[in-house]
Amino acid sequence: MEGSLAQLRDRIVAANASKTALRIRGAGTKDFYGESFDGDVLDTRPHRGIISYEPTELVITARCGTPLSEIDATLESHGQFLPFEAPRFGGDPTIGGVVAAGLSGPRRASVGSVRDFVLGTHLINASGDELKFGGQVMKNVAGFDVSRLLCGSLGILGLVSEVSLKVLPKPRAEASVRFEMSALEALDRFNLWRGQPLPIAATAWADGVAHVKLAGAASAIKAAQAVLGGESVSSDDIWRRLRDQTHATFSAPRLWRLSLPSTATFLRPGVTLIEWSGAQRWLASDASSADVRDATASVGGTASLWRGERDTTMFHPLKPANLALHRKLKHAFDPNDIFNRGRLIPDL
Amino acid sequence: MNAVRSDTLAAQPPAIVSRLSPLLPPESLLWHAEETVPFECDGLAAFRQKPLAVALPQTEEQVREILRVCHELKTPVVARGAGTGLSGGAMPCADGLLLSLAKLNRILSIDAKACIARVQPGVRNLAVSDAAAPYGLYYAPDPSSQLACSIGGNVAENSGGVHCLKYGLTVHNVLGVRGYLIDGTPVQFGGEALDSPGFDLLALSIGSEGLLTVVTEVTLKLVPKPKLQQVVMASFDDVAKAGDAVAAIIGAGIIPAGLEMMDRKATNAVEPFVNAGYDLNAEAILLSESDGTPEEVADEVGEMERVLQAAGSTQCVVSQNEMERLRFWSGRKNAFPAAGRISPDYYCMDGTIPRKHLSEMLVAIEAMEKKYSLRCMNVFHAGDGNLHPLILFDANQPGEWERADRFGADILELCVKLGGTITGEHGVGIEKINSMCVQFSDLERDAFFAVKHAFDEFGLLNPGKAIPTLHRCAEYGRMHVHNGQMPFADLPRF
Repeated sequence: MEGSLAQLRDRIVAANASKTALRIRGAGTKDFYGESFDGDVLDTRPHRGIISYEPTELVITARCGTPLSEIDATLESHGQFLPFEAPRFGGDPTIGGVVAAGLSGPRRASVGSVRDFVLGTHLINASGDELKFGGQVMKNVAGFDVSRLLCGSLGILGLVSEVSLKVLPKPRAEASVRFEMSALEALDRFNLWRGQPLPIAATAWADGVAHVKLAGAASAIKAAQAVLGGESVSSDDIWRRLRDQTHATFSAPRLWRLSLPSTATFLRPGVTLIEWSGAQRWLASDASSADVRDATASVGGTASLWRGERDTTMFHPLKPANLALHRKLKHAFDPNDIFNRGRLIPDL
Repeated sequence: MNAVRSDTLAAQPPAIVSRLSPLLPPESLLWHAEETVPFECDGLAAFRQKPLAVALPQTEEQVREILRVCHELKTPVVARGAGTGLSGGAMPCADGLLLSLAKLNRILSIDAKACIARVQPGVRNLAVSDAAAPYGLYYAPDPSSQLACSIGGNVAENSGGVHCLKYGLTVHNVLGVRGYLIDGTPVQFGGEALDSPGFDLLALSIGSEGLLTVVTEVTLKLVPKPKLQQVVMASFDDVAKAGDAVAAIIGAGIIPAGLEMMDRKATNAVEPFVNAGYDLNAEAILLSESDGTPEEVADEVGEMERVLQAAGSTQCVVSQNEMERLRFWSGRKNAFPAAGRISPDYYCMDGTIPRKHLSEMLVAIEAMEKKYSLRCMNVFHAGDGNLHPLILFDANQPGEWERADRFGADILELCVKLGGTITGEHGVGIEKINSMCVQFSDLERDAFFAVKHAFDEFGLLNPGKAIPTLHRCAEYGRMHVHNGQMPFADLPRF
């Protein structure tokens, strides 16, 4: 075992022996994310570096502490990228944090989420054992898909020490267009367009403007622009601000992230930003938590309290049957509750 | 059917039947030997086992009640869809119930605006695309059995197809599942939204081979049908060159909608049956498909031709119309049946390797053909490194199946050695249970069992499949010492 990994493992073994809670942390760009919890910081950044990358295999493997910027630059030099566009939050997250949080950016509705690109992981469990799940190939159905279970688990099952991700060639060309329209109209158009064979990579609506990003062959983009109309936008700035959550929407004092069926007509005042063809909406609202969660649940969605005073859990509560499964899985992987205790679900 | 049965030994129904008969109409509960025979195997006919009984529920409530009874009696349950699986995943348990979900076969809704289909598990894969076609939509994963295989089976196996590289596997195209735990507790993972809080139990349950839940409803993502599809068929005088051409296409920044390879043995086997127009002198052919708007396809096909020629293709043909495109594909899609026509039996493997090792694998397979005195033809999902070597044998010749079995195990071990996996899309089932010992350590398998235990404490759902026990792996390891000479090869080892 490499030195940096051995050090992390030793810390985990010691913590497990003394039943000490650990707080797994990379660059700390997502410190706000998750329920509040305590623990001794386990800094993953010393365990860094790209282990392998072969552009023609479309796979990159890196240690958890590797900065996303390093991965981006490496992929960029071969004309490739991670299409899920993890938010940077104005910093430089580690790839381990990206996978553990499982947060995706503007292209999510068209290309998929972080978990869709996870091919394999290494997990250091509470006993300090290194377990390997999935692998470095595109298709792999041997064993349960623990790699994807770990994606978005916020580190509560163990330390994701290494990840293998599918990468894709960057689109040949990209273009953005904008339309002035209401939120209702945008929602309608976004859903309509999604059912058509158009090279739409991302959609967003904010401040009375619908934004559409096109990506693909230059000829296809030109043809799509002719169909869609709209006003061409030369800058990519809006998409970067949405990806990194530096857009004005995110400075609201109390902000909810809503995950909804894309066609849900949930458009109460305060919905200041619509993304993912309507499947992700941001609600700036002082309404009570119960009100927001009930209203969201009634249209088949969930609400996370993204910013603002934590008078409730960050995440939408789970149904009892699902919660019971979470408890059992957590207990099986981390019997002494040392990893990020309470970050995903209070007390878990 | 006769009311009086000759089989008097079976006249007393097993306890499970007595308990289930009030819940189901008589035609939905089978337990006499002649009734359960059709369920004794799935698409992998080499492994057979009659169950205690077969239940064919028609409603979710019946599924729930059946599971409650089985949980109470501690009776194993093996769920089954259309029975087209190739790894014996739906092979029954001798002391268990075979739960067929074939009668839960309704498409519940197609929401064209949301691009979503809600279906029951017994719905056939292709039926979803047929139902979505009037809206210009389709369901992307297309396993070669798509005419017959069920969505529930696709979810259990995380099925792929020829368009995975661009459109993903089942796990990328299912938004949610609803079903029951073994004790009858209703569960829902995912839904119509793109994500939900907590662990990704949806991803965990897809490909879990019926070991975690029984699914009774699936929410599928539909995608717009491309305006145009065209395929480039390229010949190569050397298999290694064809492998390099695959890498060259990806390296050029192209993600083909499908990228398939067939070796000479495969093209020569299928051509007499389908008249696809394959170049029979080529050592390998590649089929590279482009889809999208006419503008996109024109650009991409031109680029593909350029790359393939630069990579040494001896002949490059582009389909000029839909009929020709389907003809080019017909050979690939009929490779399995063709194997069945030139050989009494065939054994289909399903390993995946990093693409760069393709030619190394082919050379090794050639050596194995000599070692085991059996022929093998090769078709690959070359774009994602998923191999389907078809080992030809005759089960009526003593020793041939055993040789084919070991041939297959050798291929899978090499897949693992080359950094790949023992199954890309067919699942472990009962077939590759020993090879799991090669790919995963004891601790990793312990973790799998921990997952299993969290969902199914008593191990009642599809026991003995997918994850081998420590004991089984130890036994497999010992058998290996004897140079592959399995003692008592005909004994079941579960």
